[in-house]
Amino acid sequence: MMLQPEIAVLRFGLGARPGDLAAAASDPRAWLRAQTRGPAQRAGTTELAPSNEIFEAVLAAREERREERLEAATPEEVKAAGAILREAYQPHYRAQVLARAQSAAVTTQPFGERLVHFWANHFAVSADKGAIYGLAGTLENEAIRPHVNGRFAELLTAVEQHPAMIVFLDNQYSVGTDSAAARRAAARLAPASDRPTRRFGINENLAREILELHTLGVGGGYRQEDVTSFAQILTGWSIGGGRGRLSGGVPGKYCFRVELHEPGAKMLLGKRYAEQGQAEGEAVLADLAAHSSTARFLATKLVRHFIADDPPPKAVDRLARAYLKSGGDLPQVYAALIESPEAWEPRPLKFKTPEDFVFSTLRALELTPGAPQEVIHAFDLMGQRQYTPGSPAGWADTAASWGGSDALMHRVLWASQTAGRFAERTSPTEVAGAALGGLLRPETVTAMRRASTGSQALALLLMSPEFQRR
Amino acid sequence: MSIHRSTPRLSRRRFIQASGALTASAVLPTALFARTGGPQRLVVVILRGALDGLAAVPPFGDPDYAPLHRELAIASPGSPDGALALDATFGLHPELQFLHERYTAGELVVFQAAASPYRDRSHFDGQNVLENGLMHPLGSADGWLNRAIAARSRTSRSSAALVGRAVAIAQNVPLILRGDAPVLSKSPVAAPDVDEELLARLQDLYSKDDWLSARLSEAVQSEHLGDASSEAQATSPMASPAKPVDRITASARMAAAIMRSDGGPEVAVLEATGWDTHANQGAAKGVLAQRLRGLDAALRALGNDLGPLWGQTVVLVVTEFGRTAAMNGTRGTDHGTGGCAFLVGGAVRGGRVISDWPGLSTASLLDNRDLKPTLDLRSVFKGVLDEHLRIDAKTLAARVFPDSTQARALDGLIRA
Repeated sequence: MMLQPEIAVLRFGLGARPGDLAAAASDPRAWLRAQTRGPAQRAGTTELAPSNEIFEAVLAAREERREERLEAATPEEVKAAGAILREAYQPHYRAQVLARAQSAAVTTQPFGERLVHFWANHFAVSADKGAIYGLAGTLENEAIRPHVNGRFAELLTAVEQHPAMIVFLDNQYSVGTDSAAARRAAARLAPASDRPTRRFGINENLAREILELHTLGVGGGYRQEDVTSFAQILTGWSIGGGRGRLSGGVPGKYCFRVELHEPGAKMLLGKRYAEQGQAEGEAVLADLAAHSSTARFLATKLVRHFIADDPPPKAVDRLARAYLKSGGDLPQVYAALIESPEAWEPRPLKFKTPEDFVFSTLRALELTPGAPQEVIHAFDLMGQRQYTPGSPAGWADTAASWGGSDALMHRVLWASQTAGRFAERTSPTEVAGAALGGLLRPETVTAMRRASTGSQALALLLMSPEFQRR
Repeated sequence: MSIHRSTPRLSRRRFIQASGALTASAVLPTALFARTGGPQRLVVVILRGALDGLAAVPPFGDPDYAPLHRELAIASPGSPDGALALDATFGLHPELQFLHERYTAGELVVFQAAASPYRDRSHFDGQNVLENGLMHPLGSADGWLNRAIAARSRTSRSSAALVGRAVAIAQNVPLILRGDAPVLSKSPVAAPDVDEELLARLQDLYSKDDWLSARLSEAVQSEHLGDASSEAQATSPMASPAKPVDRITASARMAAAIMRSDGGPEVAVLEATGWDTHANQGAAKGVLAQRLRGLDAALRALGNDLGPLWGQTVVLVVTEFGRTAAMNGTRGTDHGTGGCAFLVGGAVRGGRVISDWPGLSTASLLDNRDLKPTLDLRSVFKGVLDEHLRIDAKTLAARVFPDSTQARALDGLIRA
């Protein structure tokens, strides 16, 4: 059975390091609330390059690859040129994954850290797409951490203007059909010939996913014409320092390109937005953040993440009300979550994702990964390669999505590998008590006592029903 | 990498005996796939992300195609990088060589202007509708293929095992196969043996936890399924192949190896991602062309590896919806509606394109932008389940696809 400190540390947090349960014991709710103030600092020591530097390195690598390709004489040399880009991204990806695991392993603010992970998954970018390989972690660290305890509108704007999101959802090249750039191109080409011109136009991807996945939700009351109109509003939201249409601006930083922006007033969700350049899109984001559909959509996702796969409607209502009443002030929404009786159900309610499982294991065993491969391997094995949900919808947040039999076997495998490596350093029964407190069942204690080796005992703990849930 | 092994190590046989008392559902691996029905095989390949049907099955004979799809249009057969001809209107993308061979051999049906009943443009809801077999994205925790298998088990005369009629080539079971009928999942990430004594002790520890217990039993049963394929494909044994184009072939080969095994499952589901081509989609060459080449290679590998079973096999290739008829502003395509699907296999009565082609003129597009769907994919699914898996029409209408009276089963898709 989960007592209140266990619930605070295991369900709201990332699992207990020795001492965590005691730290939360006197007032679990206050312990949680204290973690919802100010920017969420990353714990750990790994230094990370900022997104603009990574982007510049990528541009340089692209240039190098182009030249190598031009000079390549053999297929092997062409292939080698292709590897240049991967070599530019890969060290950043690996450092970001390591830094994330270190922070999760050692932070003293595990609820705040879980909220960072929650929002990074809500605003998912996926490292399996081109330049995002090197940039995925920068969205979390640069756009989410500073705003996770602020107003949702600010978080939203920071995310949608982050280079990783713009590149992931292809907005940098989206061009208004009546923009200055499009008109110039038409004037240049029209009289000369009838050869086909490169068509200038919008790309709907960012606009659609903001409406569907970031704010209103798919049933939130928008239509195709709203998507198209919003895409026009967002034309010009781009990044600096590329080639061709993307030249100019600070390399790798958000850049509003007025020459790509569709001029004129636009209608969205029945409201008229006057032409204001970049401010027009920002006004839309502010309105979307204030929309009741957004309140309900975000409340549902938070309740699903912290309470149950099937979100209890009363808890959703409570969070949605807190959101609307506070003007989307996230700490007040978190406070409503903390005060929800449904969140304090003594039975574990959520099956851990592989990410939860790895991070809670690191904390239980007081491990701080020192090299990227130590964690990359675990996530590859269990099917949640960090920063690669594969789609802008992010990773699923229900047991049905993570409970395949093959997936379970991979958990057993990783648990036994990890136990084999670290059992000698630990006393499995002490780890069990510190990690699970009152949640530890007598059956598990018995099974651990009967295990043939210390390592098997530790593997049984990690795979026990109570450690697999939160 | 080293795995801890405890001693003494139990043999698999002893493990099964030891844990048998705790797990009524545990059966010997060879009895896993005890069959109740015929020897038919059905493989469903889900292309997640919305394949551009106008690139995969270019309607080169439609005068509006090239002007709309612009740089992304595939040229007519005979021109450089042109389509592989199917008939006077339609072709296949030049990378779909294997599919074209099967068309010529009378083993491929191409569907064009097809869609599920879903009419909005969210990937995630679109995939839900494709897989749950209903009219709406939410409201069902199970998938139509699982309901079909479950219904068939209920009506089958034999009372033999319900277990293992289907396998998902994935770590986790996708929605289409979730439901009452037990389904195995098996991913092409090669997993070295897990200590069997640990498994036996875990099974004991899960004895009061039905949810974990059932999953562990299934995992133990399917542990060595498809080993032949993982030996064949793995140069790096720990990680699945890095590129989606290679992953789909690894999945296809694993499906073939499992289905070929003694009493192997009748149904397999594979998934492939990477079809959401909003920017720089390419035409005969480029990003989408590479994906299509990967898909084609995977289907060829599936056919080769199934060997003699190919004659009893139907492979259904589907995606959640099509993409915009016109190229967008970033040399890609946005989310659309009508798209293509394929039915290929030795049991398919093929060599045909099935399409009530609506055309691509402005007036005939849906919402002025998408290929208008004229065929409900559920008609294809019902036809396959009826003629191939012998699931009767009443069951299909009542249990598998409720609300599908508008979508009548297509007849004659399967060889008699």
